[in-house]
Amino acid sequence: MKRYKWLAPTFYIVFLMLPIYWLLNMSFKTTNEILGSFTLWPRKFTLENYTTIFTDPTWYNGYFNSLTYVGINTIISVSVALPAAYAFSRYRFLGDKHLFFWLLTNRMAPPAVFALPFFQLYSAVEMFDTHIAVAMAHALFNIPLAVWILEGFMSGVPKELDETAYVDGYSFPRFFIKIFIPVIISGIGVAAFFCFMFSWVELLLAKTLTSVAAKPIAAVMTRTASTSGYELGLLAAAGSLTIIPGAFVIYFVRNYIAKGFALGRV
Amino acid sequence: MTQKTTHQKAWLLVTPVVVLVAFNALIPLMTVVNYSFQETFGNNIFFWEGTHWFEEVLHSDRFAASLVRQIVFTTIILLIEIPFGVAIALSMPRKGPWVSVCLVMMALPLLIPWNVVGAMWNIFALPDIGLLGKTLNSLGFDYDYTQQPFSAWFTVILMDVWHWTSLVVLLSYAGLSSIPEAYYQAAKIDGASPWAIIRYIELPKMKRVLIIAFLLRFMDSFMIYTEPFVLTGGGPGNATTFLSIDLVKVALGQFDLGPAAAMSLIYFLIILLTCWLFYTLTMKDEAQ
Amino acid sequence: MSKISLRQLKHSYLSNPSRDEDWALKSMDIEWSDGGAYALLGPSGCGKTTLLNIISGLLVPSSGRILFDDEDVTDTPPEQRNIAQVFQFPVVYDTMTVYDNLAFPLRNRGIADSDIGPRVSEIAHMLDLENTLQSKAAGLTADAKQKISLGRGLIRSDVNAILFDEPLTVIDPHLKWVLRSKLKEIHRRVGSTMIYVTHDQTEAMTFADQVVVMHEGTVVQIGTPIDLFEKPHHTFVGHFIGSPGMNVLPCNFVNGGPRFAGHPIETAGTARPAAGYSRLEFGVRPEFVSFCADGIPVEIEKVKDAGRYRIVDTRNGDVRIQLLVPEGASVASGSAHIQFDPAHTQIYADGWIVSEPAP
Repeated sequence: MKRYKWLAPTFYIVFLMLPIYWLLNMSFKTTNEILGSFTLWPRKFTLENYTTIFTDPTWYNGYFNSLTYVGINTIISVSVALPAAYAFSRYRFLGDKHLFFWLLTNRMAPPAVFALPFFQLYSAVEMFDTHIAVAMAHALFNIPLAVWILEGFMSGVPKELDETAYVDGYSFPRFFIKIFIPVIISGIGVAAFFCFMFSWVELLLAKTLTSVAAKPIAAVMTRTASTSGYELGLLAAAGSLTIIPGAFVIYFVRNYIAKGFALGRV
Repeated sequence: MTQKTTHQKAWLLVTPVVVLVAFNALIPLMTVVNYSFQETFGNNIFFWEGTHWFEEVLHSDRFAASLVRQIVFTTIILLIEIPFGVAIALSMPRKGPWVSVCLVMMALPLLIPWNVVGAMWNIFALPDIGLLGKTLNSLGFDYDYTQQPFSAWFTVILMDVWHWTSLVVLLSYAGLSSIPEAYYQAAKIDGASPWAIIRYIELPKMKRVLIIAFLLRFMDSFMIYTEPFVLTGGGPGNATTFLSIDLVKVALGQFDLGPAAAMSLIYFLIILLTCWLFYTLTMKDEAQ
Repeated sequence: MSKISLRQLKHSYLSNPSRDEDWALKSMDIEWSDGGAYALLGPSGCGKTTLLNIISGLLVPSSGRILFDDEDVTDTPPEQRNIAQVFQFPVVYDTMTVYDNLAFPLRNRGIADSDIGPRVSEIAHMLDLENTLQSKAAGLTADAKQKISLGRGLIRSDVNAILFDEPLTVIDPHLKWVLRSKLKEIHRRVGSTMIYVTHDQTEAMTFADQVVVMHEGTVVQIGTPIDLFEKPHHTFVGHFIGSPGMNVLPCNFVNGGPRFAGHPIETAGTARPAAGYSRLEFGVRPEFVSFCADGIPVEIEKVKDAGRYRIVDTRNGDVRIQLLVPEGASVASGSAHIQFDPAHTQIYADGWIVSEPAP
């Protein structure tokens, strides 16, 4: 039985790769080939779809917009979650358990419920169609997650570390930045990974809160699919390009993903 | 866990989080609550409606139908993804160069924007030019997800399994790799069978991460919107109109704010209650 | 019950060991006599656990044989060796009751429930686990869990040996001696061979009749606690056993006699090292160094109070020499003279003792 164990993960990975392969396959085909015939690989290999994306500002700005708000979101989420996670992991204070649970309930709020109120809220404060609005909206889901992951990592650091530093005359901010953050750096990496991930993949809120200036790449794609007919090749090329940042980020945290999931209290 | 000290100044450290989350959660939530009890005909004029909208939503066949579809969908994907994910994790290598390769490849679907997932499966499953659709049809199955409700359901479920099983795999794998080697050694000395090792060591040790996996998959599948919306648009007919799709139709499509708000609150409460019940029940078992 | 022999046993975790340090265990030949209580002592990473896992069958050695009595078990899987092993961290099956935990190895062998019951009660009685038999194993204290993992080994009537891998690591200090005396009691009752791995010399000395000291994959000495103290076969044993450790001081031979810093020294034996060594030292424990009126001149650097005696740090040139002074005795400051007790002074060449035929 042991000898055939590798079959299951292998088949699973093949299953995962098939739709991605098909997307890549399509992205290198001409529209004629896509609509005219069923081919397992591009007969007339073309980079035309990619050229379109890299030369048309509405397309490539979409990428910049997405990366911008995802970046802002990751920074905001992790930096406010750090002190909070420290408080939860080290101190007992009035209402700590309720607060923690309340934070987590926000992870359970369907984006569809918040789409319209968010639109009204950010229009009212005149932040509609800005990167910061999307970043803030995504922070609603990402902050609880970041607090949760970081709290798990911090609880694994012995309290003696803090006490020694205070005895040595470190002030709290200096201790936190100079000593504590380097110790839990892998935890920060994992938390940042998850913030990146959820902000990058979410579309409903991102689309609702933007129109032109901050429109995410994913929303640009939707427009293409619906308005200018079915330009499947272009759609496939844009889709393929959205996989790259994710793949890049996973590669960096590959050794921590498993650990990041395992920690964190239930 | 280390002993915690009581220290009220810790509130200072959590203030930024509280402010940010409260701004994002409380104001919109109040807006929703506000709408749910009122009627508006535009121009910011509101009329008190009491619990009217709630009664209307709870009695509406449309909401009931979406809710049933949602529950059926979530149940099916939980029944597939949790055991399947655990099985894959159990058969993964524990160390060696293949671990990183497996993890990276498996995590890939999790980082693809949700509408790209929808679009990808849209292309993949097209009956005439998609690999899946074409293959199924040439194997003699009558498959067309744009026309047949059964095909649409099949595709949506397969897509979700494709998209999210890896999350269960990663979680289970994390749980597995935290089991100390000594457990396996003791089992060997005790002469335990491979099945006994899974049953008495691996599954009990994975319990905690499996609870997280179950909760995350329950929440996210119950909130699913983008992927099925891009894939099927909720159709054919209303066959794959899940709660979120229906809610967006009511709120943004028809601009029926009152019913949409009432529906939102009921929807949110269902998720909260289920999570809380599940969590309390599993943890109560733990305490004994 | 059986005698365990290791024949030219070597092990490496690498597939192609080439250099000396690639070997976790360098060639060893040991006999563990039936019914003996052994302690395997050495610092972390010296190969203790590797050796233990080879005996229990969790590891197959790279070369060499293991014999239980005269039967070669080198390729026998662990479950057929009838070994009990207790690990550093308690291993219990969380979802099972204590009873089921103890019965587990028997059930795996397909033994009838009617035969299991009496056996479990017997073991539970021996380990004082009777009152918890029906509770879930997960909720118990660390020491109870360690007893369960021991019990799962003892439950088999024909246990060949019981192996302990630092079993007291996670036990509360005040319970350590309780559990340790329990182990001694069980050893007397069951009479099987016990091998106890530890890096704590007190634990080793109180538990074992014979202590096996390991260092960098080699067994450097096997002996009773007194042997190890009075006649270390290797300077490592001298350092490692005793607190403070043995003084190991450089010496050279002038006219056939050892000298330290120009002063002649007397040693226990008259054996002289064969030529070809690169380092020559002599060792003497602080207990056997004393002040005297006329001897080797030293500077007194520090005096530490250690309860019943005081530890004095002295220095001759660059060489540090420690000695113990009984409580109450006066210690001069500044310059003084010391002498070594000849009966407890040994010569070491390249670390190994030369007062006897080198091992």
